[in-house]
Amino acid sequence: MSGLPLLSLTTFLPLAGVLFILMVKAQDAVALENIRRVALLTTVVTFLVSLLIWANYDPANPGFQMVEESAWMGSFFAYRMGVDGISILFVLLTTFLMPFCILASWHSIEHRVKEYMIAFLVLETLMIGVFCALDIVLFYVFFEGGLIPMFLIIGVWGGKRRVYASYKFFLYTLLGSVLMLLAIMAMYWAAGTTDITKLLEYNFPASMQTWLWLAFFASFAVKMPMWPVHTWLPDAHVEAPTAGSVILAGILLKMGGYGFLRFSVPMFPLASADFAPFVFTLSVVAIIYTSLVALMQEDIKKLIAYSSVAHMGYVTMGIFTMNQQGIQGAIFQMFSHGIVSGALFLCVGVIYDRMHTRDIDAYGGLVNRMPLYAFAFLVFTMANVGLPGTSGFVGEFLTLVGIFQVSTWVAFFATTGVILSAAYALWLFRRVVWGALTKPSLKSIMDLDRREVVILAPLVILTIWFGVYPVTVLDATAASVDLLVKNYQAAIEAASQTAALVEPSALLR
Amino acid sequence: MYSLIVFLPLIGFLIAGAIALFGASATVPAPVGGGHGHDHHAHDHHAHDDHGHDDAHGHDDHHAAEPAAPGSRISELVTTGLMFVSAFLSWISFISVGFGEAETLRVPVLEWMTSGALVVDWSFRIDTLTAMMLVVVTTVSSLVHLYSIGYMHEDPDRPRFFGYLSLFTFAMLMLVTSDNLVQMFFGWEGVGLASYLLIGFWYKKPSAVAAAIKAFVVNRVGDFGFALGIFGVFVMFGSISFDAIFANTEAVAGKTMVFLGHEFDAMTVICLLLFMGAMGKSAQFLLHTWLPDAMEGPTPVSALIHAATMVTAGVFMVARLSPLFELSHTALTVVTLVGATTAFFAATVGLVQNDIKRVIAYSTCSQLGYMFVALGVGAYGAGVFHLFTHAFFKALLFLGAGSVIHAMHHEQDMRNMGGLRKKIPVTFWVMVIGTLAITGVGIPLTHIGFAGFLSKDAIIEAAYAGHNAFSGYAFGLTVLAAAFTSFYSWRLIFLTFFGETRADHHTFDHAHESPRVMLVPLAVLSVGAVLAGMVFYDAFVGEAQAEFWKGSVFYGAENHILHAMHEVPAWVKASPFFAMLAGLGVAYWFYIANPEMPKQLAARHDALYAFLLNKWYFDELYDILFVRSAKAIGRFLWKTGDGTVIDGLGPNGIAARVQDVSARVVRLQTGYVYHYAFAMLIGVAALITWAMFGGTH
Repeated sequence: MSGLPLLSLTTFLPLAGVLFILMVKAQDAVALENIRRVALLTTVVTFLVSLLIWANYDPANPGFQMVEESAWMGSFFAYRMGVDGISILFVLLTTFLMPFCILASWHSIEHRVKEYMIAFLVLETLMIGVFCALDIVLFYVFFEGGLIPMFLIIGVWGGKRRVYASYKFFLYTLLGSVLMLLAIMAMYWAAGTTDITKLLEYNFPASMQTWLWLAFFASFAVKMPMWPVHTWLPDAHVEAPTAGSVILAGILLKMGGYGFLRFSVPMFPLASADFAPFVFTLSVVAIIYTSLVALMQEDIKKLIAYSSVAHMGYVTMGIFTMNQQGIQGAIFQMFSHGIVSGALFLCVGVIYDRMHTRDIDAYGGLVNRMPLYAFAFLVFTMANVGLPGTSGFVGEFLTLVGIFQVSTWVAFFATTGVILSAAYALWLFRRVVWGALTKPSLKSIMDLDRREVVILAPLVILTIWFGVYPVTVLDATAASVDLLVKNYQAAIEAASQTAALVEPSALLR
Repeated sequence: MYSLIVFLPLIGFLIAGAIALFGASATVPAPVGGGHGHDHHAHDHHAHDDHGHDDAHGHDDHHAAEPAAPGSRISELVTTGLMFVSAFLSWISFISVGFGEAETLRVPVLEWMTSGALVVDWSFRIDTLTAMMLVVVTTVSSLVHLYSIGYMHEDPDRPRFFGYLSLFTFAMLMLVTSDNLVQMFFGWEGVGLASYLLIGFWYKKPSAVAAAIKAFVVNRVGDFGFALGIFGVFVMFGSISFDAIFANTEAVAGKTMVFLGHEFDAMTVICLLLFMGAMGKSAQFLLHTWLPDAMEGPTPVSALIHAATMVTAGVFMVARLSPLFELSHTALTVVTLVGATTAFFAATVGLVQNDIKRVIAYSTCSQLGYMFVALGVGAYGAGVFHLFTHAFFKALLFLGAGSVIHAMHHEQDMRNMGGLRKKIPVTFWVMVIGTLAITGVGIPLTHIGFAGFLSKDAIIEAAYAGHNAFSGYAFGLTVLAAAFTSFYSWRLIFLTFFGETRADHHTFDHAHESPRVMLVPLAVLSVGAVLAGMVFYDAFVGEAQAEFWKGSVFYGAENHILHAMHEVPAWVKASPFFAMLAGLGVAYWFYIANPEMPKQLAARHDALYAFLLNKWYFDELYDILFVRSAKAIGRFLWKTGDGTVIDGLGPNGIAARVQDVSARVVRLQTGYVYHYAFAMLIGVAALITWAMFGGTH
């Protein structure tokens, strides 16, 4: 079993599905149905294969596992893959969410089905690649490549203002990435390698760290997104088709957090320490500012998008606490947010498919005709609010425990998020689900059908399961995060010792 | 056995919840034909639920409109049956733990979270304090379940209702059995969720939904403090489990921590933050606004959650953490201040309310203030004792009020009642017993009296004997509040049961005594309201308290309050009795002897009357301060912050600039080839110049 290149297999399996889909030439209903089935089957098989990664994964080992390496382009860079406790959850999250995306698009996508499914499968390959890549150039290729299918998904299958939204998305993220590319080149010239494992061991000079950190930050902060470069997200979410929103919120946003953990913190520890207060400030602003903005939204998707920005604020804050609770909490928060926000966007998709509007005012009293839907929506709302017993609580709690040890001011302001999130989420729930059903247009709305139950039920179960028993997930990340924290502290100590050594010698001169 | 006590209600919830969910999804009306019919019901139901504020319509025939959900009977029986088993086991454990030799018991259940030094497990901690709470929670809950079978008899959504009740009970049991702060927080927020769902049970009614959100959000404000307190505990103690915390209190005592840029005594910061959570849950002054609104829920819910159990969670928390609070004199002083203020404030508002449930709600708020006064002066046993007796008589009063409301066809306004004594005699008598208990009737200077007599008087004595800066303040206000309590409680009895009826004759003629399934719980609670004080006085605060508590509530070496409170002068002991008599006398004078009197008084002091009737204008104040301003800021940040500033200067601005520039560039494009050729030539010349002189260096 371990002989199989599991990571490459998982990464490129979706492309096999693409090949099959390309072979379908007909345009009739049967062909479309076949395309959908092939896409679904591909994603399910990919998920099952990715479970083998989980089975082979040893949580006690903090380093990279299942490493694959083969030379490519001579000495410049090589094809290297591997996972550790920081990346494995994201690989699984990607493969897990993908079948739901295909299922959610079953009826709602009617034109260009073939291209749509191809875009999604290619996107899956690129996303898994981002989390598995152990070569920085390879990482960059996957990271940037993911933009293109997403750009197309929003721009082709999106809503009314899809072109504006897709360009905004594309330009924002591209602008950040250009700086990252420059930084990557600088790193190659300095360290002479593009191998991430080697780069992790290389000590970049302190002055260089600052610039590299900023360049990477530009890219990851946009991806996260952090305040004030978040405005592309609500627009992109609003215009994206349901499945696009799920992937955007569930996976693409996590690339920013993953990047911080993979590059910024371990490779530029000194700069990270210097910039931590800056990140905290932006995170706290994000939590409070976007929560207040979310409160006033009139569009359901926009509301959830803004709440995503607020939740990502906890993630960035947690990462830069540089302690075990904060970072594990941040990873868990990303994982949980992937499930919960994905599920919330799926919930919006359910009613959007029926009513073709996202206006909160167009709804009200849905519980009267959609009890199953109301139940699922309630569970996800509560998880979004961070109720203990749901997965949303664990990440929020751990990041806050982490930050309290670093700064009580930041903890104080960040914790106000628990009040604000309750306000906007419950108010949304009230306006959409509760109340008497009086609007004539809703009189004949139907509850979840079997396909939708199949989509939402596993997410409900996981949301509660990871809230009650998150130990498996936390254990998977513990060793790697421990190593990260130790290396970080060692780097800081080494730097302060050097500084202590340099100063007397400077005095002597 | 403890696992059974806690998890039986969970099983009940899962069964009833599943029945409710699948029943509801199976009976959704067909989309086309049934739409109109359903709409009609919705309106009907809505109108019916709004009765509290609008009594112009009849209610008699609407119930037939909606059929009961499938599985109603089964879910009632299953949840109620499981609750009774749980209650039975709780009494066994209470007797064996409280009056036996049992040590503090820990029952591990499951791992929860582990991250570095932070280890959180699901596990139970059983000591006397927990066992006592188990008894309170399961007893009241099982009686409320039973009562609800009768009270909710006509409601179409019973499986959902009983599911929520059991969910609440489960969360509450998790709270009281928790072995660490985070599990307590789970129960804490869990009861918040159940409370939210139950207040919003009649979700078609806008006021109920608004009250549900308000309850959740205001509680979250308290939870904000609670959460910060937990973080503080973790930083100072390195653990969040009670055993580790209590073992290290000596080491942390006197240490300081930096909080919000200032250096404070660590224990004081932690205790005050945790107390903020208690203030939210127990509806203390400033965070009390949700409790009266919570009366929008069905009455059994009010009895269970908003009187007997959930709101006392804050009291339980402070008692549980008494080893921490004992080390912070400042925190205890604040607790006294807040408790006394609440006791007084809520009692004043209770004087003038007209809704029968709101009177009892403010009374609850006030009684919780008493409990905090006791905790604040260090008499934890007395505070918890009042919690215990209060659970019986307050649940009794609420369920009795429910019985009145049931009899009056969902009329809640006391101005439309009166003369019901003959119509519903059993309800009348149990309400009188409840009133005797809450007002503290008994023989002064002895230990013979109704439940409230012993527990409330113990608190007033403790307040007198207390040593902190606000104990005198607390003593004065609690005695005054005792007079107010007596006044509004008797006012309720006189307005509801005595005099000529003010109800319309149709309602009055049809007023009927409740069925036996509702009267039995009332009878059981009456027994508690009469005897709970006398039977348990010795164990909770008297001679036997040390063997009873076995250290589960902690008294520091300096804390001699339990002795001192028995030594107070006789006039102090008798003062609440006379306060009670005064309240009764005035109530009698106002509502029996001279019924015109209150109106004249209200007219003469109209400003004061309006001030009290409008609950000191807290709702209006908070609306301006928090609700409206948050919305305004949110809108501003959205439209101006995101729209004009970020997008305006960012992407849209850049796009606009690019267009400007390109428009100018377009003007340069003349279309003549020689213009371009000339421009190219200049460019080439510049490049060559640069290559020759600049590039070589």
